Amino acid sequence: MKSKYLSYPYIIWMIIFTIIPILIILYYSLSSFGQSGLTLQYFSKAFEPTYLTVIFKSLKLAFYCTVICLIIGYPVSYILSTKEFLNKGFLLFLFIMPMWMNFLLRTYSWLNILGSNGVINNILNFFHLPKQMFLNTEGAILLGLVYNFLPFMILPIYTSLHKIDPKLIEAGQDLGANSKNIFTKIIFPLSIPGVISGITMVFMPAITTFVVSNVLGGGTHMLIGNLIEQQFLRTNNFNFGSALAIILMIIIVFISILLSLFDKNYEEKK
Amino acid sequence: MKYIKKIYLALILIFLYAPIAILIIYSLNESKSRAHFTGFTFKWYIELFKDTEILKALYITVIIAVLSSLFATIIGTLASLGINNLSVRKKNIVLTLNNLPVVTPDIVTGISLMVLYLSIFKIFKGANLELGFFTLLLSHIIFNIPYVILSILPKLKQLDVNLFEAALDLGASPQYALFKIIIPQIKSGIISGSILAFTLSIDDFIISMFTTGSGINNLSTIIYSMTRRGINPKINALSTIMFFVIMILLFFINKIDSNKLSN
Repeated sequence: MKSKYLSYPYIIWMIIFTIIPILIILYYSLSSFGQSGLTLQYFSKAFEPTYLTVIFKSLKLAFYCTVICLIIGYPVSYILSTKEFLNKGFLLFLFIMPMWMNFLLRTYSWLNILGSNGVINNILNFFHLPKQMFLNTEGAILLGLVYNFLPFMILPIYTSLHKIDPKLIEAGQDLGANSKNIFTKIIFPLSIPGVISGITMVFMPAITTFVVSNVLGGGTHMLIGNLIEQQFLRTNNFNFGSALAIILMIIIVFISILLSLFDKNYEEKK
Repeated sequence: MKYIKKIYLALILIFLYAPIAILIIYSLNESKSRAHFTGFTFKWYIELFKDTEILKALYITVIIAVLSSLFATIIGTLASLGINNLSVRKKNIVLTLNNLPVVTPDIVTGISLMVLYLSIFKIFKGANLELGFFTLLLSHIIFNIPYVILSILPKLKQLDVNLFEAALDLGASPQYALFKIIIPQIKSGIISGSILAFTLSIDDFIISMFTTGSGINNLSTIIYSMTRRGINPKINALSTIMFFVIMILLFFINKIDSNKLSN
């Protein structure tokens, strides 16, 4: 069949719209306006204390968000995967459904609850308790992150738990394992691939976000995403913004390599 | 034990749905201040449909979603047919490239397309080009194509090559065989790819924000600029409508899927 030629226009398309843009970003990050030659000044600028704290704060919040999603989400997936509930499919649908709602709206919906005239403050007011400022705090951002990305943790873990052959668990029981042993020796190890893809699906969007921190952090808490957005849309410092984007990509690639090593290590053990 | 499990699931569901429920309640609240529920009203919905800015954004969102999913489906289908016939080594390279935009964070895709457009505009300085509807549409086509390809390729892999050759042996022209033999067999992949592209386009905010220009807003970018000015009951109303539209869409997609299974 000659139809392989049909792929050539798409290859050119990918070169123009995928490869060249990344090369331009790389070029911007290494060059300076009005100066010839390459420079690392924008990368070293990113390592100045002000910006380094922003990068660390993004890493910290993304890490906390991933851990909390794992702690909350794993039991949900586990309960859903056991055969205790009749309409399991519908229940799973309920947990996944918020994933389909517009990300911005999901974040925005918390303003109604956390705001200074929001639901929680109304309840506090009812009991004559003093008003609390929930918005514009790191806690609010963390809450927004967990809320947005929890379904991304539940789905892959559920999928891996659902695939476990019930005969394995029965065999374990026949061989005299108690339920704790069955969980730690059979169920949890078999769900590790799901846990790893859940971690990836939560951590990656959490570290790149600028929406949650802008809406719930009120612009007072900068994350690396905010910093990049600012360079491109407000201060027009494309060079520094590109350097930050490259750093973000390096962090992401590094973490995916780490996770895939962990996955491989585990596969070998099996 | 079963009760504890039930309570746990219920608590998490409350956590997931409470903000949405409160949003819906406030969209029906008479008072703008949100301090109290002062009365039931539809006035925010009426005001929403009087807001020309929001209506224009809705129009742009739908147009972009329809056009971008259409173009992405056409380009993606043709590209899939080609990729499927490449040698294994070349196919792997092309697929890796194809997956690149899927795994890069949206913010990086957004800024890299933005700098690409601005660089092109710099080359054609005289033409007075600027970011706007066309760059927004192009960006949506660009980020949709990989997903269309990913949903069509598995179908092509299952296809029996002999069928196509049999058609040619029986005197069909390649075009005729393509439309009568291949396309019908990968139809389900094409349809699910285009639905996916449509939803992704409706839902996208980050890439749109970097690649659109002044005056051209889709719903996401307009909501973003409104949220930054604080709470607005009109957004509550808009969110409620979008929530129910998505629920109905999901319901139909599920129905199509289960019909397919029973067939």
